[in-house]
Amino acid sequence: MTARIYLDHAATTPLLPQARTAMLEGFAQWANPSSPHAAGRAARALLEDARGRIARALGWGGSVILTSGASDAIAVALGRAKAARLLAGETAHDAGLRLVPAAPRLGGGAAGQVILPDAIEAGTLFAIQQVNSETGVIQPLDSFAERIHAAGALLLADCSQSAGKLPLPQAADLIALSAHKLGGPIGIGALLVRDLTLLRPAGGQEQGYRAGTEAMPLALGFAAALEAPRDWLRDVAEWRARLEAGVKAAGGEIVAERAPRLATIGSYRMPGVSAQAQLIRFDMAGIAISAGSACSSGSLRPSHVLSAMGWGAGATSEVVRVTMGHDSRAADIDAFLAQWQAIATGTRKT
Amino acid sequence: MIYLDYQATTALAPEVAAAMVAAMDHYGNPNSAHRLGRIAAADVELARERIMAALGKSGGRLIFTSGATEALNIAITGAAHISSPQRRRVITLASEHHAVLDTVVALRHDGFEPVILPVDRDGLVDLDIAAAAIDERAALLAVMQVNNEIGVVQPIDALIDIARASGVTVVCDAVQGFGKLPTPNGDLVAITAHKMHGPKGVGALWLRDGIDLPQLMHGGGQEQGIRPGTLSPMLCAGFGVAAQLAGDRREMDLAHVEALWARALHLFADWEINGSMQARYHGNLNIRQPGIDAARLISDVRGVAVSLGSACASGSGKPSHVLKAIGLSDSEARSSIRMGFGRYSTMDEIEEAASLINAAAEWQKVVA
Repeated sequence: MTARIYLDHAATTPLLPQARTAMLEGFAQWANPSSPHAAGRAARALLEDARGRIARALGWGGSVILTSGASDAIAVALGRAKAARLLAGETAHDAGLRLVPAAPRLGGGAAGQVILPDAIEAGTLFAIQQVNSETGVIQPLDSFAERIHAAGALLLADCSQSAGKLPLPQAADLIALSAHKLGGPIGIGALLVRDLTLLRPAGGQEQGYRAGTEAMPLALGFAAALEAPRDWLRDVAEWRARLEAGVKAAGGEIVAERAPRLATIGSYRMPGVSAQAQLIRFDMAGIAISAGSACSSGSLRPSHVLSAMGWGAGATSEVVRVTMGHDSRAADIDAFLAQWQAIATGTRKT
Repeated sequence: MIYLDYQATTALAPEVAAAMVAAMDHYGNPNSAHRLGRIAAADVELARERIMAALGKSGGRLIFTSGATEALNIAITGAAHISSPQRRRVITLASEHHAVLDTVVALRHDGFEPVILPVDRDGLVDLDIAAAAIDERAALLAVMQVNNEIGVVQPIDALIDIARASGVTVVCDAVQGFGKLPTPNGDLVAITAHKMHGPKGVGALWLRDGIDLPQLMHGGGQEQGIRPGTLSPMLCAGFGVAAQLAGDRREMDLAHVEALWARALHLFADWEINGSMQARYHGNLNIRQPGIDAARLISDVRGVAVSLGSACASGSGKPSHVLKAIGLSDSEARSSIRMGFGRYSTMDEIEEAASLINAAAEWQKVVA
């Protein structure tokens, strides 16, 4: 068995050493941050310090509501925002899509770009991903925010994939984040709120916006992960260019090739070979990739993201996702390409 | 620091910390189909089995959540919404935790009628009152096994029998009792890791077979569609080991708590005890003395961590709703302190804490 090669960083990325150290320190300070005694106040001080550092690392001037993750942050936003109706991006991750009752969707273009309606109704809450988790396509949320605000509507940006990698859309009203996509622990995320009066409070912790005992050690890990250096992103951009040249040379097709995409995420179609067969072959070779986002990969239903882009069910079922992160190496790409070529030439029925 | 606030949260057990550090390296997403995902999923499933075993459950399902507050929200709101349209009453007790009370009251917005049953001076519900209120009009009964402020143990088996007779779903808040007392036989049971020497940020909801709850939070369909969001193998592993330890050490932990309780009763003999002396978990002592300013006492006795009531309500400045519910006046409630002890408390700590607290109480009377 060769060493494991992990190219599924968009599903979750390994804990950064800085986050690990910070959490170990947090474990030693286990008091309840809401307790009034000295032990509780010490835990509170660490929690509030982490909150401040999270805001500073993200350049965010508004409030930070800590949640159990991005799904929770989006649930708080959708449940509490003072909005009359909701419009979700066609390619938004399931957390934004599966609403009760199913929200109307925004239109999308073939390159994966979201299209805002010509007439925006005041009081609408737009829920749009900054970076799509399957294709890596980046939406121009700051310019969207201008149009949305001009019409008296609100923007909720799902920045689970982009936070720590791209500047956040600072003009957004609400931003949902997850720590484990950027090298922090699973189990914590945040809702960034430009102005708390945009939300109706429910009571309990987090200024009444998210009840439950605060997980301070996870907050320390989240802050440390955001403060870690991002030098690796430059290398990843270079490696992906090489990866995509190799995929195309071997007969592969790149999803949303000409759209602006985050350097860490790429989706590729291998004509004639199902994604399921590819995943098994890659896994046997010690390479972890995925078909679509992890939460739906167990269910094997066709990706809604690709169908929104006008891809047929057949082509969609041949697409895999390759995502890089802070501990990726150039050698991972070489190993992936070698395996891609082996599968493409060995399995294709031509 | 002498820590006597075990109902607020508990220290991470060293065995739990070790399991969490080991799981930190299993970085796959438990929902991913590849090998690293399956390793992470194995952590989660092993933890699920360990918690089921500690609950004494062989059937039903266990859904991981971010904690008890979330588990209770899912259970109460979900159970109300799946009940038949004739059942519009949601019943709970006046002494419940805010995670239950506020959720029950919020159901008013969805057309339900919250019914808050009183408790007596001992903190216990009168079974005749309960039987009169729990009937075919009720969607659910939400009740706590061990009270988080005064440690009293409700007659939960009798309450469940009453509810079952009328087909009423029972949601049990077993947060304080899990690992210590037998699991109540409710339809839905909420627990959390950090009250039993596990990590903060993970809890669980056990569901009886045949109960299917609607999704409250929407997302990637994890946890059988009931609770979306990526699960943390690290937090789940920590919870699993905490539950297993509690099961393995149950007799030892309870004997230790019993010895501390006996000593504490003696040391605090000058204080009145809030809540029943008979139906009580002995790792909690909620006491008062006339004329004492408990908030001041807590800040005077700096080396001892005790509290006024639940940690979440501590900042509010309002007297505890639980102490009010058992009929204490505002001034009696404001002269009450809550102590909690357990596995890692020592006899010396109880002695020293009692001497510091008693001295501070005496001092208040002298300078009053």
